[in-house]
Amino acid sequence: MRMTGNGAAGLIRRDRGGSALLAVLGLMVVLAPILNLVVPESSALHLSGYTVTLLGKYMCYAILAIAVDLVWGYCGILSLGHAAFFTLGGYAIGMYLMREIGTRGVYGDPVLPDFMVFLNWKELPWFWHGFNHFGYALLMMLVAPGVLALVFGWLAFRSRVTGVYLSIITQALTYALLLAFFRNDMGFGGNNGFTDFKDVLGFDLDAASTRMVLFVLTALVLGGSYLLCRFIVTSRAGRVVAAVRDAENRARFIGYKVENYKLWIFVFSAMLAGLAGALYVPQVGIINPSEFQPANSIEVVIWVAIGGRGTLYGAVIGALLVNYAKTYFTGALPSAWLYALGALFVLVTLFLPRGIVGLVNQVRHRAAA
Amino acid sequence: MSLRSCWLAIGTAMLLSLVMATSASAAATAPPPESGQAPQGLDALLRQLADTDDYSVKQDLIRGIATANSAQDRVVLQALLEGRLYKRDSDGTVLVADVADAPFAMASAVSGAALGRSDGDGVTLIGVNNQLRRQLRALLAQFDLASGDSAVRLAAVNEMLRAPDAASTAALRAQLAKEKDAAVRASIQSGLAVAALDSDDAAQRLAAVRELKGSLNTEVYNRLTSLLDSETDLGVKKAAIDALRGIDRWRTFYSGIQTLMFGLSLGSVLVLAAIGLAITFGVMGVINMAHGELMMLGAYATYVVQLLMPNHIGASILVAIPVAFLVSGLMGVLIERGIVRFLYGRPLETLLATFGVSLILQQAVRDIFTANNRPVETPDWLAGSLQINDVLSITYNRLYIVLFTLAVFALLLMVLKRTRLGLEVRAVSQNRAMAKAMGIRTEWVDAMTFGLGSGIAGVAGVALSQLTNVGPNLGQSYIVDSFMVVVFGGVGNLWGTQLGGTALGVINKVLEPFAGAVLAKILVLVFLILFIQRRPRGLFPQKGRAAEG
Repeated sequence: MRMTGNGAAGLIRRDRGGSALLAVLGLMVVLAPILNLVVPESSALHLSGYTVTLLGKYMCYAILAIAVDLVWGYCGILSLGHAAFFTLGGYAIGMYLMREIGTRGVYGDPVLPDFMVFLNWKELPWFWHGFNHFGYALLMMLVAPGVLALVFGWLAFRSRVTGVYLSIITQALTYALLLAFFRNDMGFGGNNGFTDFKDVLGFDLDAASTRMVLFVLTALVLGGSYLLCRFIVTSRAGRVVAAVRDAENRARFIGYKVENYKLWIFVFSAMLAGLAGALYVPQVGIINPSEFQPANSIEVVIWVAIGGRGTLYGAVIGALLVNYAKTYFTGALPSAWLYALGALFVLVTLFLPRGIVGLVNQVRHRAAA
Repeated sequence: MSLRSCWLAIGTAMLLSLVMATSASAAATAPPPESGQAPQGLDALLRQLADTDDYSVKQDLIRGIATANSAQDRVVLQALLEGRLYKRDSDGTVLVADVADAPFAMASAVSGAALGRSDGDGVTLIGVNNQLRRQLRALLAQFDLASGDSAVRLAAVNEMLRAPDAASTAALRAQLAKEKDAAVRASIQSGLAVAALDSDDAAQRLAAVRELKGSLNTEVYNRLTSLLDSETDLGVKKAAIDALRGIDRWRTFYSGIQTLMFGLSLGSVLVLAAIGLAITFGVMGVINMAHGELMMLGAYATYVVQLLMPNHIGASILVAIPVAFLVSGLMGVLIERGIVRFLYGRPLETLLATFGVSLILQQAVRDIFTANNRPVETPDWLAGSLQINDVLSITYNRLYIVLFTLAVFALLLMVLKRTRLGLEVRAVSQNRAMAKAMGIRTEWVDAMTFGLGSGIAGVAGVALSQLTNVGPNLGQSYIVDSFMVVVFGGVGNLWGTQLGGTALGVINKVLEPFAGAVLAKILVLVFLILFIQRRPRGLFPQKGRAAEG
């Protein structure tokens, strides 16, 4: 591989967008704890706990967007079900957090979460065992989405389901999961999902310091994911993946096992999405089946499209911008938000096929010419 | 209430009860009317009824009234049963009240002549107990048995069969001799057989069980089941088990038909939702994520049409069909001209852009009609159900949706196969460049095809307005389903969509009794995902070069 020996520095040597992204993330990791915890609240420079959580949430979305960009931008798989992997990761960590509540729940049952006591269940379902260990939950939040993606992808890619057909069945997948998780019998809290978490590894989730740790962790994971994905797409395998995107049959006839490349990139992307979900849940404090809604997955795709598909850092920009706009609009002009989002979908696909990154590059080229 | 007035009230109540007790004992000592006595006048019977508190006396008096041969008999008994028979305290006249709105309109019980209105002062209700109510119901049923309307007779027979006694069986047997209507006859026969189940004679019970063998009546089923517990005669018991088994078989058969009917109607809804998509997606290859919202527009068009013609709800649905077609169709043409035409050959981008359109349409509807569901009325001719027998009934809206879907399908097929537009649509979908070379205005054909598919979505919306809530989220709940139907049936194949949708509906409803509604739906989705792996191009794939896409 070309990049060996140079490490992270080599990965982003010619990648100005990526360098900028990592620099900003590094700055945030250093500044945010100081501004939030050290600078007094009266100061204008103080970063409120609300903002920290909000930024943490955006960064989780950004990780999800990177995962989608990896499969869509580099492999041409338009997944309309990536929010499903995200939500599964969230549920995995949610199960751990539910077990952590212990006797502090409304019913005070040491083993069973409140909703199970409420449903009159006598013992823990088998798939809940082990979630009292943090390490196991950590493993499951990667394994659960990974295995789902593996089975689904193996079936789909092997039978050469491609293009819009694949998009439609990924949508059906997340829709089926939505319906399934709404059922009380599934053992995941029905339509209420999980909430009222108390602490993680013994640290109070409401404490400013815990929130800051989660924030820093999310920023580090975002940076790490970026580097890892960058490593993948610049590697030899990454080039084959791009070839599959551009001419699947040609890549196949040259002799590459197209299905395998697609499958592994899909599974990796799903695990990344699961990780994003797992970071998301402790910060927002709730997970429920509505996260599975097909519309959510489609929204992720538009983040990537707006930022600039096939650039990775464009996905991050798109996720941050759209979500910031969402927060702003739903606060200031609630009814205008859907118009704005809808218009974004239409205008970006019509006029900005390469997203913001593409627009910036175009302007720069024109200036240079 | 002050303490003093409270005492006063208690005192009055005690005094009243004393008076009533004496009058009751006076009535009890009076000789009860004997049976066989010449029928007394209705007036005299009613006055006695109003004065007595002894329920056994009342029972005899009621029997007397039933045989008094007056035009008012039935009215009086009905009023008594429903607690609308009053005594005027001043002169003891018995009155029938019309309690539809207060103050009640009073009429003489004897003559039926109107006697003004009363708000309940100066009149006393003539009370009945449960035993009397039962007697009254049976008597009323006997009255109705003589009715000229076969439906009334049937209802009367069923009422009498709820608690058959010697009198009612005799009446039924007499009726059977002169009854002409087949349904009423069958009902009486099975009723008499049910009554005979209580007979002391084992042979009679056996005959009754045999008679009841083919009946699907729930009452009969329950009686036969309870007979199993009490029966001592082995032969009768065996016959009863046989009969029950036979009945069970028929019930299973009919419930199977019912499930099939549910499945067909659900399938028709799916087909209706998907068939417009089969045109835009199947024929043109355009993923229109706003398809659900075009259906929603059709449903709201129905609502608006109803607002405009509130006095003709029955006709409003028929008017709404073309209106919805035009509204959604025009919106479709707009989407095609404004967005989709710039994105041909880029299906994934089309998907995203039209999803944006769907968000805008949803929010627009939310702003115009609010986020709440809008009430769309169901016309009378769509309400109600077709009762085929005791266990099988089909609601009219299910029946109509199946027929409606077939009609839409046939019409669409005609347009595609028999009109110039259809010819051009097929030509463009098969080979755009060649079609263009032959002088077909492909741009115009594109717009018309998209408009046609969208218009059909609007028509589907009219049907959906009768089945589900009309709200901004109506479209979203159908979009995944309708895409699955099109993909399942095979893209570009209307017959595939029709067959695929129907099959999915039936599969869903067949699974429902075992798995529950939600799990059935999940199973169908999983089945579809797996099916697409086996046959990525659906049930009826397009043949030829078009398959490479």
